[in-house]
Amino acid sequence: MIEVKDVYFTYPNGIGALKGVSITIQNGDFVAIMGQNGAGKTTLVKHFNGLLKPTKGKVLVDGVNTRDISVARLARKVGFVFQNPDHQLFCETVEDETSFALKNFGYKPNIIERRVTWALNLLSLTQYRKTSPFMLSGGERKRVALASVLASDPKIVILDEPTIGQDHQQKEKLRQFITQLRAQKKTVVIVTHDVEFVAECNPRVVLMTEGKIVADGRANKILTNYNLVTKASLVPPQVTQIFMKLSDLGLPTNVIDVYEARKVFLNSLEGS
Amino acid sequence: MALIETENLSFTYPSGMKPAVEDISISIEKGDFVVLTGPSGCGKTTLCRCFNGLIPHFYGGKLEGNITVAGYNVAKCLVYELARHVGLVFQNPENQLFALSVEKDVAFGLENCGMPRDDMRKRVDWALQMTGIEELRERAPHELSGGQQQRVAIACVLAMQPEVMVFDEPTSFLDPLGAQKIFEVINDLNKELGITVILVEHRLDLASRYANHVIVMNEGKIVLDGEPHKVFNSERARLIGVGIPKATRLYQILRENGLKLSKVPINSEEASQFLRKILTHD
Repeated sequence: MIEVKDVYFTYPNGIGALKGVSITIQNGDFVAIMGQNGAGKTTLVKHFNGLLKPTKGKVLVDGVNTRDISVARLARKVGFVFQNPDHQLFCETVEDETSFALKNFGYKPNIIERRVTWALNLLSLTQYRKTSPFMLSGGERKRVALASVLASDPKIVILDEPTIGQDHQQKEKLRQFITQLRAQKKTVVIVTHDVEFVAECNPRVVLMTEGKIVADGRANKILTNYNLVTKASLVPPQVTQIFMKLSDLGLPTNVIDVYEARKVFLNSLEGS
Repeated sequence: MALIETENLSFTYPSGMKPAVEDISISIEKGDFVVLTGPSGCGKTTLCRCFNGLIPHFYGGKLEGNITVAGYNVAKCLVYELARHVGLVFQNPENQLFALSVEKDVAFGLENCGMPRDDMRKRVDWALQMTGIEELRERAPHELSGGQQQRVAIACVLAMQPEVMVFDEPTSFLDPLGAQKIFEVINDLNKELGITVILVEHRLDLASRYANHVIVMNEGKIVLDGEPHKVFNSERARLIGVGIPKATRLYQILRENGLKLSKVPINSEEASQFLRKILTHD
């Protein structure tokens, strides 16, 4: 469980990035943190694994204050995949990269071997095991970063902008992958402004603007609130936009998914 | 003759085992707004590099077939010559901007062409105005937000008044509202100035409404090429994993239920109009 209690954060250059944020994320939650560029999304999640410490207020991970525990220890519990994989990858081969954290945690070689094989297989990277990460495409590097975090089997997985530069198929894979993590009772936090991706997943959405949380609820509640969404520099999902234009015919406006949209439309057709 | 024409165009990078683009025959008319899409690694960026001569002149490698842009044979034309006709805007504006003020960055290309000072001033003013960033003139590009930086990058290319502008995923780092504003700037350049636009994009829900021509690539080849409604409704587009607009997808799954709309919708306006007709006529 992550508890953020009235947290303020000011960067050394004086820019206040968080201005009184409070939020609780339960074990097994799936949360999308959304909002415009510069709203403080990444700053907030960097508090979850202790990379940043609050200027004021406190962050507890499973009841432990992030000030009282090293980032290295927290890393066993909280895995963080950066927005830009190049900020994360540094080893000579994909295998070295994926086993790096496990070696640091002092796992036995046979366990490391098993975990690495599992993670590479899961992310379709087995063929690149002996390849340098820097020979791979952007999308593939992003998956290597993900594999290296998953191999250490953290309880909480944080993904910063996982869909950027990914095509439709890769996004679909990512979605299935998050579903698998959830089946393993892991907590998943994504930072994103990809409205259509969130509409397909329907997670809990935490909406931020200017360093504050302005809304917190299910995606189908938040993303269908036009004023709220626009204020956060997002646009409603395309399905929602279609239904908003038909609201005068008595159609509901809180639809975000195409299959749900079909059901609602057919029902309303039968009724009329 | 079309503004851009390729005939059996193939290109292999110097280190490549097989062609990155293969047997490409397309024709893009003056004033077209083209959305170029397809899975990652399908050759979209490689094709864009052929349009402004970076391929083959900068990258080397083996070019086969023919490509003409604005009347020039790309294989024989110098890069700086083509640069006056074809502008390229990158995915990440940070890779493109380098000057200490916005104004200087926008003037850079013109300085290189040896344009007289007064003309250059007018041209920079015009480009800043067209992209809506006049008030950022004195600011340092690296201090601006991602959306502002992308406008500066567009202004830099626009200042050259090219006939063709190529945008390689220009909004992937921006939030949706920021992205929409950039698409609107691009659309104005196309509709008001008649600039031919080639936009590489995955986010088709946002981009497709502006296009009159969609090209889908897969594994180095062209798989679909034509009018947006036709292309997006093709079963093939979905099967190779193109993220077709949700409006089109909704139409397709309603059709499975035997519901026929008068036309294939590709944006929310069209979809809501068609659905409204069905609901109110019954």
